[in-house]
Amino acid sequence: MKFSEAWLREWVSPVLETQPLADAVTMAGLEVDAVEAVGSVFHGVVVAKVIAKAPHPDADKLNVCQVDDGSGESVQVVCGAPNVAEGQKVPFARVGAILPDDFKIKKAKLRGVESRGMICSASELGLEEERSEGIYVLPEDAPLGEDFRTWMQLDDHTIEVDLTPNRGDCLSIRGMAREVGVVTRESVTPPSIAAVEAVSDARFSVSITAGAHCPRYLGRMLEDVDLNAATPLWMSERLRRSGIRTIDPAVDVTNYVMLELGQPLHAFDRERLTSGIEVRHAAEGESLTLLDGQRVALDGETLVIADGSGPLAIAGVMGGAASGVTRATRHLFIEAAFFTPLAVAGTARRYGLHTDASHRFERGVDPQLVEAAIERATALLVSIVGGRPGPVIETVGDRSAPVSSIHLRRERLDACLGVTLPAEEIEDILARLGMSVTVSDAGWRVQAPSWRFDIAIEEDLIEELARIHGYNRLPVRRPQARPALAPDEEATQPLARLRRHLVSRGYQEAITYSFVSPDLQAMIEPAAVSPTLANPISSDMSVMRHSLFPGLLKALMHNLNRQQSRIRLFESGLVFRGSLNDLEQPAMVGGVICGARDVEGWNARREAFDFFDIKGDVESLIALSGESSRWRFVPEVHPALHPGRCARLYRDERPVGWIGALHPTHQSQLGIKPEVYLFEIEQDSLVAGRVAEFSPLSRFPEVRRDLAFVVDETTSVGSLLEAIREQAGEWLTQAQLFDVYQGKGVEPGYKSLALGLTWQHPSRTLNDEEINQLIAAVVERAQTRFDAVLRS
Amino acid sequence: MDHLPALVSEAKAAIAAAEDAQSLDQVRVRFLGKKGEMTALLKGLGQLPAEERPAAGERINEAKQLLQQELDARKQALEQAELASRLDAERVDVTLPGRGEPGGGLHPVTKTLERIEGLFQRIGFEVAVGPEIEDDFHNFEALNIPAHHPARGMADTFYFDTKRLLRTHTSPVQVRTMQAQEPPIRIVCPGRVYRSDSDLTHTPMFHQVEGLLVDEGVSFADLKGTIADFLQAFFERDDLEVRFRPSYFPFTEPSAEVDIQCVMCRGEGCRVCSRSGWLEVMGCGMVHPAVFEHAGVDTERFTGFAFGMGAERLAMLRYGVNDLRLFFDNDLRFLRQFN
Repeated sequence: MKFSEAWLREWVSPVLETQPLADAVTMAGLEVDAVEAVGSVFHGVVVAKVIAKAPHPDADKLNVCQVDDGSGESVQVVCGAPNVAEGQKVPFARVGAILPDDFKIKKAKLRGVESRGMICSASELGLEEERSEGIYVLPEDAPLGEDFRTWMQLDDHTIEVDLTPNRGDCLSIRGMAREVGVVTRESVTPPSIAAVEAVSDARFSVSITAGAHCPRYLGRMLEDVDLNAATPLWMSERLRRSGIRTIDPAVDVTNYVMLELGQPLHAFDRERLTSGIEVRHAAEGESLTLLDGQRVALDGETLVIADGSGPLAIAGVMGGAASGVTRATRHLFIEAAFFTPLAVAGTARRYGLHTDASHRFERGVDPQLVEAAIERATALLVSIVGGRPGPVIETVGDRSAPVSSIHLRRERLDACLGVTLPAEEIEDILARLGMSVTVSDAGWRVQAPSWRFDIAIEEDLIEELARIHGYNRLPVRRPQARPALAPDEEATQPLARLRRHLVSRGYQEAITYSFVSPDLQAMIEPAAVSPTLANPISSDMSVMRHSLFPGLLKALMHNLNRQQSRIRLFESGLVFRGSLNDLEQPAMVGGVICGARDVEGWNARREAFDFFDIKGDVESLIALSGESSRWRFVPEVHPALHPGRCARLYRDERPVGWIGALHPTHQSQLGIKPEVYLFEIEQDSLVAGRVAEFSPLSRFPEVRRDLAFVVDETTSVGSLLEAIREQAGEWLTQAQLFDVYQGKGVEPGYKSLALGLTWQHPSRTLNDEEINQLIAAVVERAQTRFDAVLRS
Repeated sequence: MDHLPALVSEAKAAIAAAEDAQSLDQVRVRFLGKKGEMTALLKGLGQLPAEERPAAGERINEAKQLLQQELDARKQALEQAELASRLDAERVDVTLPGRGEPGGGLHPVTKTLERIEGLFQRIGFEVAVGPEIEDDFHNFEALNIPAHHPARGMADTFYFDTKRLLRTHTSPVQVRTMQAQEPPIRIVCPGRVYRSDSDLTHTPMFHQVEGLLVDEGVSFADLKGTIADFLQAFFERDDLEVRFRPSYFPFTEPSAEVDIQCVMCRGEGCRVCSRSGWLEVMGCGMVHPAVFEHAGVDTERFTGFAFGMGAERLAMLRYGVNDLRLFFDNDLRFLRQFN
């Protein structure tokens, strides 16, 4: 809601200056977004009359004008505007005037002709943002010689209030004035609106079929109007200061009354209506061309104003083009109706329309406003376009259920606010808000006024009292605590710990969008199914991520493109798997690395990261839970990853993640040069750990034996170690792989594995014989299962 | 016997001249060894008259002791010199950078979320999380925002179909908690939220922390106290001015926007606060009875307050970040500034 301060002050004028007034309104919950001076800074401009105009002798596009500025002498000015004409009243900047942007008007010669002053355009005076086409032509009755600024009331401000959706009652000067009156404890003086007597008996019949949605419909004929008349400047100025353009007198008056009182009105061209008007729901298959030219197919939930030929307007939203008023219209039919919020709510959005009328109706328009509004509009129209008004005809739909009063309990009020407000203050505030109040039952019974659609329950009243009393005058205290220890599962790793672990291993945390490009997602995971947004911001952010990989890769590329060569990033967050009706949203932890193993330095290792770097990171992350032995890295194939450098992670029998090198095909498709490694693991599997359990320390010596096996180079070391552990007996405490060798001494196609096996018995010293037996079993198993040859 | 003094001086000179342990040992053998010159003198004692032998023997032994002391001293000196030279040789340039993985860092939004969670956890709030693809009921209906409510226009919602959407706030977690748990409830709900808005000051995804306290006898005064404490603690400014401005949210009543004195200009007026001296940082209010009813909470017995704030906004103010979009570019040059 944007309006002129001067207009508001005609209704209520507290002693507060502009800014303190705006602050007071803001602190009452009607947030003032902007206060702006109406007129730019200028002075020395008067209303003048062009008394003569002659072409400039040396310039085609210039005219030499004689201007009467009210001083009695004619002043000569050179004017370049194409629309300047003899007899016009114009804003005239005298020599010595200062225009916006500190532009000083001096005596000048233009192509040899003296010019003393300037005839101004609207934009030159800061009245229009865009450059005006020509000079600003004033109405004929503009007072000659009068200071233009004073006459135009330019020492005014526009105040723009960002109203919350519950305060539709403030979408008018009337509503704002009421609110200012309450906040400043000032009385409000509305302009008197007298009924305009009918001078004809012209009527137009109205019937209401959808009575629940249209409890009242007032209509009035106004015959023999002249819509070529000009809207008076005072009105177009007020409209302009509310951000509304002048169209024609009929539209301007309906807009003006809507701004002034809050009642949206509509004017039809009577001669374009057929039989009587019906307020009904649209029938399937009906359509309507709206005032803005678009044609819409109507659905059965849409309330329309129709005549015998079909829908004329979407009720409370927008009129139709066919029945609209033009400059040629002779007879007007004016509508002032009350449509219930439910009748209009949703309709505008469904059709992608948002109008001043729908904005008000869906928030609630005072049902008792229709009479005043139609009288006001009639009076204004008659004064501008003439015409003969007929009688106001009211047609009623269903009577709205009477609004029941609200019980405000003293105890509840005090408990909610934490303070006891004096009864006089409570009653005063409620009365000023237009509520009728009676003392009853340890409290009050309160009836909200017809314009307050947002007051229905006790809390609504408590909020009103708190708001007008002032939130910042209410007490402050700390909540009463009944401290209870929260459960704390020691076995569960907090996500924060996982994050910090990765951070201390050099990872930088990234946060990427949860929606990704469908192309990227399909490229790296063609079978991925995840929900697609119906209304994405852009197509490359339209599908929910199935894994963290697309976002991490995008972040990686962003940094590679900015000369970062060594990158370690991780992210934690939800991924979205499956269709909408079969959806999982598991939390994942994922990472991406590329670049040199060490940060560049004087003795850094310059070789690039490989699989075992990222695997080490993941193993250390897994180890946080103390449950490493339950995890396995199994060679499997993932479409995003290099088939020979990729493993699926299992915790027990459950697959919980992937690790591997980005597939070289994707790498080249994405234009990434260095090798990239990725991992992604379900967060739940990482956070589930165990509570440590003590086992006694053995006092007896350890026995260590080293073995070297030669095996085929494709043999999985993990499986071999697993087999060895199974055979090495219960006293084995460690099986450590300490070398993998290929080269001289080992046949091509084979590799040598060196293992250190350590045993310890809890309660005695192990003897050589026992150990030799265990080793024999281990070697036997290695030979039979893996064709391993013991190296001598 | 008469050449004992000469022999002693000769030995002393040899000790002093020995430059390393090996040559020093040669000196020891030469003079004090079994076949050494001093030993030979002792062996020659027999040739002396018996009455002279004790005195001569004593002189020789004194001389031997003296030489042994000289040898020990010289040995120690040589060892020390050797250690000193080794230490000198082993010197490193301690100003060279150390080896190993330099640490990474948390995202500034995570730092901010953790800080907010931590402050509330200290006064007994628990962290609760929930799904991001929500349904219309939990995101809107249960929060007193029915289908045609004008407040639906307040948040531009990302939809999947008519019922499923990306949550526009973390309030659905509050609903789910109230449905599952009896009061007293004290929770904070951090997480990603989504609105279809993208420009200089809006990203289609951002983070919120919402909080909920439900108990007997909770008042607006408790809300004011909790919020003021929190903001002063978050910005580490005991004197930070906090004001409550009436506002409207369908799920709370009374509702308030919370402004703090601008932390950039301390209320003087600057570009960040649009010269007003105040910054809007969060919304809050008493839980609306309709929300309690949807969640099955007894509105006569319990009252509660709820609040919500944007993590990016607080991070920007806390760390002086001037462009919201930087948070999601994941540019290492940006991220490393918060390590």
